[in-house]
Amino acid sequence: MKSSPVIETSNLSIGYLLKGGHRKVVHDSLDIQVHTGEVTCLLGLNGAGKSTLLRTLCGFQPPLAGTIQLMGKPLESYSQNVFSLTVGVVLTEKTNAGGITVYELVSLGRHPYTGFFGQLKKEDHLIIEESIEAVGISHKKQNYVSELSDGERQKVMIAKTLAQQCPIIILDEPTAFLDVTSRIETMVLLRQLATQQQKAILLSTHDLDLAIQMGDRLWLQEKQRPMVCGTPEDLILSGSFESFFKKEGIVFDPSTGKLNTTIPETPIGVEGDFLTSYWVGNALVRKGYRPSPVNKQHININCLSPKQLIISYPEQKQKEVNSIESLLLSL
Amino acid sequence: MGMKKKASLFYLFLIALLLLLFVGSLAYGAVSIPFMQVVDILLGKETDRIAWNNIVLQARLPQAITALLAGASLATSGLLLQTLFRNPLAGPSILGISDGANLGVAVVMLYLGGSLKELTGWSLSGYMAIILAALTGACLVLLLIIYFSSKVRNNVMLLIIGIMIGYLASSIISILNYYAAADKVHTFVMWGMGNFSGVSIEQLPYFTFFSLLGLFFAILLIKPLNALLLGELYAANLGVKIKTTRALILFCTGLLTAVTTAFCGPISFIGLAVPHIARLLLGSSNHKMLVPVTLLTGSCIALLCNMLMVVPGSNMILPLNAVTPLLGAPVILYVIINRKNIQYFD
Repeated sequence: MKSSPVIETSNLSIGYLLKGGHRKVVHDSLDIQVHTGEVTCLLGLNGAGKSTLLRTLCGFQPPLAGTIQLMGKPLESYSQNVFSLTVGVVLTEKTNAGGITVYELVSLGRHPYTGFFGQLKKEDHLIIEESIEAVGISHKKQNYVSELSDGERQKVMIAKTLAQQCPIIILDEPTAFLDVTSRIETMVLLRQLATQQQKAILLSTHDLDLAIQMGDRLWLQEKQRPMVCGTPEDLILSGSFESFFKKEGIVFDPSTGKLNTTIPETPIGVEGDFLTSYWVGNALVRKGYRPSPVNKQHININCLSPKQLIISYPEQKQKEVNSIESLLLSL
Repeated sequence: MGMKKKASLFYLFLIALLLLLFVGSLAYGAVSIPFMQVVDILLGKETDRIAWNNIVLQARLPQAITALLAGASLATSGLLLQTLFRNPLAGPSILGISDGANLGVAVVMLYLGGSLKELTGWSLSGYMAIILAALTGACLVLLLIIYFSSKVRNNVMLLIIGIMIGYLASSIISILNYYAAADKVHTFVMWGMGNFSGVSIEQLPYFTFFSLLGLFFAILLIKPLNALLLGELYAANLGVKIKTTRALILFCTGLLTAVTTAFCGPISFIGLAVPHIARLLLGSSNHKMLVPVTLLTGSCIALLCNMLMVVPGSNMILPLNAVTPLLGAPVILYVIINRKNIQYFD
């Protein structure tokens, strides 16, 4: 069962209009879809046109050709006000909001709903409180924005889009410049909003791991190539990831989901306890071996427990070691 | 809701201070008049000397009202510029807007007619000529600044461009001065030192009307100004019509700066420093409170400057632009040195 897409483009061409009527096409023939209740991650190297695409979908710049359907209606039929009720954005733009409180910033999300002087009604206050609550920052609502960490600021900007009550949220690199915990918190929050509040979330990112882990759908954008879209696992198994990164001299290892400059060739068989063998595999890749199914032809490791690892060499010899460190020394 | 309470306290405090300074400006001047006599004059009672009557009602009263309005106008115009350019060091004088207005006035004063002093006898078209010339000059500079702000993203560079435009305008004024008649040059130079006493009681209604018009526009802009704290793209996403809002802010700033400059001469530092004083006092960049507090603080500071112009114990009057930097420059230095600890810089 699949809902109809909230954003759907057809033969979309994005880029810039230059002086004298020339156009600089960044990407064309884009047929992409964003769905409610899903997190869609846009991946691509710098200069691939991620920001241009997001800016076009946010209505900040016009498409060069093709159509964008938003909630089933063409984008150009939206007035600025109706658009602001439909799509909420979180940008990389630097703000000057250090001197207002978290509550005041989130209340800016009510802007499209309030009257001429922006007076907040009881209902508005309720929605603002809920939005702050939803991103888990209630304890700081009276703090100045300048007192927040980068991760907290990102949450506040997300709360602003919630106060805006838009079915679609578009975020430009929301995890850039964040530390590891904030990155994960931000992505988990976005996942929650997608599933619990049925938001359609589209974000660009450089965090491959997090995108594979948390994205319902990935878009791989690359210059002069058609956009590749699908669930992360399908893209990995179909080899789309490998060909996506190959041209850049970087290898995507489908067995680990990680990037490297070379894929290790020499196979070593790994079996046994799931958790232990996973991390033994991780160590083997680092040392240039490829974890594989057990095979009498080459070295095999039976992981009984993290403290009990048995190495079987092809010449029938066996050796037991009690840590991954000594295992690596014995290879 | 602590903020609202705090803000209302500030309004009360500032209005009380404003009244105090206003009465002070009426009572204190180069000619010493006993305070009770001033009160009597204001109450319309007979006094010992008719000259005192004239000084208080014909000179000090319009001067105090002028200072009150000019201070509010310049401070508000500075605040609008700082928010629009997202640059806390922007202001009408530093961005060359005052100089642009100055240039407009110079053209009219030196070549098209007499001086503002002669304007007393002028018709409505006389004031309009000066105001329109100042407005044209101010808006031309604003358009130039807008053009450059799309080319130069760096805030400091934009300030330097503003300073350069200011120099260019001053340079053209010097050239105009060189070819103008000596007496006109003299009045123009005197006017250029800044003065709240240039507006006669007959001119006051015009000055008041245009200042209040500009301030009224500024109050209408409070909602979009808050959205602009997030930057233009965020504001656009919140439904703010960026082009219209920007044009309105520029027109409003141009009007406030131009009217003040046309009547009082180019006044430095009030536009730059007062928004900082207001933000530091209030502890907030929320324009809902910041616009009124800036407006009131601007009036207070201008009235204070008006009183400081009088050299104690003598009947000498300092030029206004000798006094405003004494109050303004330390504020700016304080703000720059402490910018890491000031919230609104972040």
